[in-house]
Amino acid sequence: MTRYALRLASLAAALGLWQVLTAADVDLWLRFSQFPTVTDVAHAFAGRVAGPDYWTDLTDSLTRILTGFLLAAVLGVAAGVLVARSRLAEDLLGPVLEVVRPVPAIALVPVAILLFPSNEQGIVFITCTAAFFPVLVSTRHAVRALSPVWEEAVRTMGGGRGRILASVVLPGALPGIFGGLSVGIGVSWICVISAEMISGQYGVGYRTWQDYTVVDYPGVFVGMVTIGVLGWLTSTAVELLGRRLTRWLPRTSYVPAPRSARRARGTAAPAPALHATGPEVTHDQLV
Amino acid sequence: MTSSSDVRAPARRGAALALRGTVVGRPGAPVLHGVDLEVAPGEILAVVGRSGCGKSTLLRTLAGLLPPLAGQVAQDGRGLTGPSADRALVFQEDALLPWRTLRANVELPLAIGGVPRADRRAQAEAWLARVGLSDHARQVPHRVSGGQRQRAQLARALAPGPRAVLMDEPFGALDAQTRAGMQDLLVEVLHGTGATVVFVTHDVDEALFLGDRVALLGAGRVSAVREVPRPRDRTAHDDPARTALRRDILTSLGT
Repeated sequence: MTRYALRLASLAAALGLWQVLTAADVDLWLRFSQFPTVTDVAHAFAGRVAGPDYWTDLTDSLTRILTGFLLAAVLGVAAGVLVARSRLAEDLLGPVLEVVRPVPAIALVPVAILLFPSNEQGIVFITCTAAFFPVLVSTRHAVRALSPVWEEAVRTMGGGRGRILASVVLPGALPGIFGGLSVGIGVSWICVISAEMISGQYGVGYRTWQDYTVVDYPGVFVGMVTIGVLGWLTSTAVELLGRRLTRWLPRTSYVPAPRSARRARGTAAPAPALHATGPEVTHDQLV
Repeated sequence: MTSSSDVRAPARRGAALALRGTVVGRPGAPVLHGVDLEVAPGEILAVVGRSGCGKSTLLRTLAGLLPPLAGQVAQDGRGLTGPSADRALVFQEDALLPWRTLRANVELPLAIGGVPRADRRAQAEAWLARVGLSDHARQVPHRVSGGQRQRAQLARALAPGPRAVLMDEPFGALDAQTRAGMQDLLVEVLHGTGATVVFVTHDVDEALFLGDRVALLGAGRVSAVREVPRPRDRTAHDDPARTALRRDILTSLGT
């Protein structure tokens, strides 16, 4: 509870500072005189929320980012598993991926314009490319780090490649994959907003840039706040889903419960006095 | 609930395992040469040796995970082509899938074997009951003790009714008292399955208690195979024949 109070207080303090600096038109090297105040932004926000454009922008941006991000998640996990599990795939895909990876996704705008018939598909392409590489790299590492014992266990049960993939590789790599997805959703936002600013029609990024060109500064801040809140919501959703799917991971908060159960069982276990010293002796002699 | 006869594996004969002139090891790194070993159906063969002598590698070869570098590995006279559900492998530790509950771990080999969902749930629960884990069926492995994890592994290995069980120091990481309890449990749950067992250990007393025969590994080969008098009999601990054999084994292991 106190932690939530602290978080709220931190947000409130930031807003309060903003209000004080802008309302007093402070000009100490940093110039706040042109800045809209919190109340200006709040009024603009209320106006926007009541109008239809705001919600169109919002759903447009969300559709773009979710489509791009989901595509990136599927492609990234598939490519990551393939490259980690197959030497042939590593040799065939590895060099291409490594050359494309350093190119910032937003630098692919010309490529997107040339490749795709509509802006919409171009923006999704850029968003997808941005999220693809973090997912790919973290999946590859997570799959390579899996304990070989799990795979051996499933193979000696008669399990084939498909079973190993479904029962060992994917669930085992999930914690790592979600690390990549968390990074990926953040990069996706950066790229979807940038791409909208450059070539979009509708969308939060497009609107923010439009407001800037017509010198509507409160409008610019409405856009920024919207981006911030949406980004925070989507990354929290990814985080929560990840935590839910990897609940099996050992966590320190789980410690108290098993400890008492273990002690109860320990005292109940049969302890044949006759044999109690035997194994220890030979163990010492052998090792 | 389910009667104990339901959890017994179908009355199948254990597998006969044989290595003939086998060289065992990873490619380019052989660890055992000229291995000639026959394991009779239903027999428990204990394999002892110092750590690093190739015990685990031998077991992985028998499982079919590692092809022999030379010679032959056969089950019932036919050469092995790869791993099979016929030969279950029990690992030293941490081989349960950590994201599955103990019950889901035991269900996995049954699912792979094509047992319908309702049946495999019942069978898994019956097996967990047999190894004393009914209360922990829905826990994930890291929430139970090391001994409980090994019991779950035992249930997972035996549930699909394998014809051979290959055990790689399954109790090696447990304390002495838990280990003795696990040995008794193993004898009890193996009863009636007819499965052939190859049990690798570095503990001579464990080998002498469990094994019908004991194979000694040393200096890159199988140095001896000895019959054990009165196997799986706790009171045979002081038997003169057993004591003499124990002394022999410890001497030949060079300790």
